Amino acid sequence: MSSKSLSKSQDSLVVKVFVYIICIVLAILSILPFWFMVVNATRTSEMILAHPISLIPSSHLGDNLKVFDDKPTFQPVTGFINSAIISVGATVLSLYFSSLTAYALTAYEWKLRDSFFKFIMAVMMIPAQCTLIGFFKMVYALHMTNNLLTLILPAIAAPATVFFMRQYLQSSLSMEIVQSARIDGAGEFRTFNSIVLPIMKPALATQAIFIYVGTWNELFRPLVILIDASKKTMPIMVSLLNGDIYRVEYGAIYLGLAITILPLIIVYLILSRYIVSGVALGAVK
Amino acid sequence: MDKRKTVNYAKYGYIFSIPFVIAYLIFSLYPVLYTVVIGFTDLHGLTMKITDMRLMSNPFQNYIDVLSAKGNGSFRLAFFNTVIMWVCNFIPQLFVSLLLTAWFTDDRTKIKGQGLFKVLVYLPNIITAASVAILFQAFLSYPIGPLNAIRSGFLNFFDKIFHFGFDGKTYNFLNNKNFTRGTVSFIQFWMWYGNTMVLLIAGVIGIDPEIFEAAQIDGANRRQTFFRITLPCIRTILLYVLVTSMIGGLNMFDIPQLLNRGGPDGSTATTAMYIYTQAFRNSEYMYNRASAASIIMFIIIMILTVILFYILRDKDEVELRKIRKRERKALKR
Repeated sequence: MSSKSLSKSQDSLVVKVFVYIICIVLAILSILPFWFMVVNATRTSEMILAHPISLIPSSHLGDNLKVFDDKPTFQPVTGFINSAIISVGATVLSLYFSSLTAYALTAYEWKLRDSFFKFIMAVMMIPAQCTLIGFFKMVYALHMTNNLLTLILPAIAAPATVFFMRQYLQSSLSMEIVQSARIDGAGEFRTFNSIVLPIMKPALATQAIFIYVGTWNELFRPLVILIDASKKTMPIMVSLLNGDIYRVEYGAIYLGLAITILPLIIVYLILSRYIVSGVALGAVK
Repeated sequence: MDKRKTVNYAKYGYIFSIPFVIAYLIFSLYPVLYTVVIGFTDLHGLTMKITDMRLMSNPFQNYIDVLSAKGNGSFRLAFFNTVIMWVCNFIPQLFVSLLLTAWFTDDRTKIKGQGLFKVLVYLPNIITAASVAILFQAFLSYPIGPLNAIRSGFLNFFDKIFHFGFDGKTYNFLNNKNFTRGTVSFIQFWMWYGNTMVLLIAGVIGIDPEIFEAAQIDGANRRQTFFRITLPCIRTILLYVLVTSMIGGLNMFDIPQLLNRGGPDGSTATTAMYIYTQAFRNSEYMYNRASAASIIMFIIIMILTVILFYILRDKDEVELRKIRKRERKALKR
């Protein structure tokens, strides 16, 4: 941002130290709750009652795990599998069909194109909560409650993803490539699958992370649609932890939370660079 | 290119949009219209069939019922809570994000380790809100819990100095209305300021560096540069952050629901929780009332979105489009 020809005064040490202290405090604030959680997951309820705060892990992880054998309401494995099915399904459908729609909006000149794009922009901000009752009643009438597909199929129509993909295609798709594919005799559909999709890889990767995380974390719709215990997703499983069953099992509650949170933290730390730059990318578009 | 061929390709624009349109009609548009209809009827109860649904004698009765009720469990209180909890999270969030943005984009401060800092403060944003809410509930637990331990430690320490007679009793934080509201706001703040900061920094980096150089040559100091150049230039991103946060805030559900089930005394119940409670946790299953409340929220969000699009519209692009239209007309002639 700066040009080296301009001389610049450096900040005084006091200002710098102040800035660093604030940043370090905020950074610690982001991690500390999770560290407390991990530590308490390894301690017995008696230990937690005697000293609620500790920074050093103990060795009672197994005891806390046993609580879930005795009181099996919280089933992280079931929750994990269901959440994974919904998230993978929704991510794949959303990426593929949003790209296809975005391609239709970018590569072809058609009469309703501009109106269609305006429509997508207009409905982008409508949250699912506003349509929930009608959605639930429709699903109920079709006997589609307790069916994971009910939460996967709506991902085909994701206005925000279409918008993002269109912005990306506008800046990175050259029609010459498409033209040469046509000359080589490739059909339009094949051109999209084998030429356009690979071009979109960076955008697909960024969006994949956000759609996956968003679907994984959703509580509202799954809570209404999935009533059967064997269909519950991870966030619903978590919500069961604050029921009466685990009231005094403090160690087990922390362990249950750790089971749901730690995988997310690990995946996040691996992908963090892409995630943070992905947020920034969305802003500039 | 041959004109017939162009027409030929145009049909693929329609064909490739079909899956989106069909899915949108079934899973979004139909439910919206259905919700609107239910809002005018007497549909309630688990066993009532849709075919038995009748229009209310006063079609707006559900809306009147929703909007007129007062007190614990009412829509009015829920709306008040939702707005207050959003405002108390957004103002500090914007303040902290702007401050960090100013520090991080100023090369006179030269903060090291920015990448790591961004990664760490963004972390809470990707964690399941449901898990975060229950984690904070565990921290606030009564009679014994981490925050109570800290409170007792502090009070014991000061009691030794000032002798005000601390009785050693612990405090039930989740029984205090404002403390519980504050906790919801804090969790929202904690989960979202990293995201806002990353967006704002991206916005500042996108500003043409020549503007800053010109300002520096003109002798603008740091404060002037920030308020007169940086802030106006990231106006669009600020508005985007404002409106997305507002829409998210108006739909707040997971955190207040799981932190304390909207309590104490309905002081953290939100409008999304009102809809959920009326339809699925009320023994009468008031789908009609929940629908009316959904539509009220829908209208509020639509108004906000329209305002956003009006303010965010790119004036240059509007001009450009007019010129293009004129050119197209000229070509046809």
